[in-house]
Amino acid sequence: MTACAREGALEVEGLARHYGEREALSGVSLSLEEGQTLVVFGPNGAGKTTLLRVLATLLRPHEGIVRVLGSTLPQEAWAVRGRLGLLAHEPLLYRELTARENLRFHARLHGVADRRVGELLELVAMDGRSREPLRTLSRGMVQRVAVARAVLHDPELLLLDEPHANLDPAAVELVAPLIGASSGRTRVICSHDPGGGLAEADVVLGLRAGRPALLRRAAEVDPAEIAELYR
Amino acid sequence: MRRTVGALLRKELLVELRTLESVPGMSLFAVTTFVVFHFALNRNVVDGDLAAGILWVTLLFAAILGINRLFVADAEEGGFDGFLLAPVDRSAMLLAKAVTLLAYLLVLELVAVPAFALLLLGPPLGQALPGLLGVLALGDLGVAAIGTLVAALAVRTRARDLLGPLLALPLLVPIVIGGARASSPVLASAHHGGPSARWLLTLGLYDLVFGLIAYALFDFLLED
Repeated sequence: MTACAREGALEVEGLARHYGEREALSGVSLSLEEGQTLVVFGPNGAGKTTLLRVLATLLRPHEGIVRVLGSTLPQEAWAVRGRLGLLAHEPLLYRELTARENLRFHARLHGVADRRVGELLELVAMDGRSREPLRTLSRGMVQRVAVARAVLHDPELLLLDEPHANLDPAAVELVAPLIGASSGRTRVICSHDPGGGLAEADVVLGLRAGRPALLRRAAEVDPAEIAELYR
Repeated sequence: MRRTVGALLRKELLVELRTLESVPGMSLFAVTTFVVFHFALNRNVVDGDLAAGILWVTLLFAAILGINRLFVADAEEGGFDGFLLAPVDRSAMLLAKAVTLLAYLLVLELVAVPAFALLLLGPPLGQALPGLLGVLALGDLGVAAIGTLVAALAVRTRARDLLGPLLALPLLVPIVIGGARASSPVLASAHHGGPSARWLLTLGLYDLVFGLIAYALFDFLLED
């Protein structure tokens, strides 16, 4: 996959990452243009979350070159933080704080006006429960707050790890303008849903045991190839 | 930096007020330990070296409880990663956590010192207090710097509950020694001199060294 006329949002060449002796990622290369969506498929333990955490600057690459939004990781990680939004398995929020307090906390860290907190709580339909501690909310509600947190600072790049986990169909529609294709942001999505994932993708990466098993434009990918990754 | 530290401190305060996990536990532990000393020594009053030793050892172990819980809320639901993703000076977290731990220690001492006076201390607390306050303040600064450093190191490991105390104890021993030696004269029945200047200086230097080490290492500890 090569970068075209538009600036590359992601450029990864020969990425490897280990956890002790265990190889979590190896030989991963890809590139993604601004505004495009990369969907990463692969069974549990294939390295999807590790890839996302490397791109999010939370894990250092052990080998290879990783450039995110024009900055090389890990040397220029400081320049990327604040320009990306991560929606991970964990909500990156505090259970004892309310949704509003959590978002205000992140708003202060990112230098975002408090007004944006109220707007986002309305957009994810959490304004009515925004003064209750997160630990009292359902997982779906927490996920909606996590979506609001991920886009609070209007990031250019969204890193989404199974973004629709715990969301009912209505909530999926609710968050679509924020993290869906219509948001216009560059996105990397980890997914286990071949149909839904493929529909969102411009580029598809399939991982198996940390190694790339599939890397192609979405239009050229047969759903059966994705199903094959899970066998 | 100030905005970030303020946001972190507000978050710490809210979490502690909602959970009441650290300060009440530390205070209860200290009071219980004084009761244990009271009966184990079979003495109603202690003074001098013994009083200083009991006070500082008890404060040390109570502080360990707070140190162990300092990053728990951050580790639970990924709040730590949320901070790491923000475009802020990471030293803000060192400062906020150290101030938080310092506040925990101050509240602990507000409970523990009167309890100590009531249960064990021979000389009147009123006489000892002016000298004791300075020693406690210097000791607290060192505990806050070392405790934050150790807690940040331990939180990213699987054995954090074990690693925290194992790392903190040897590093905090000089503070216990310095604190006990410095406060021994003010807790003595016969002689009500001020705290030992030599040991106050030692404590101050130790605080400074570990404050600088914590500042130099903290960013590195937060990295993968």
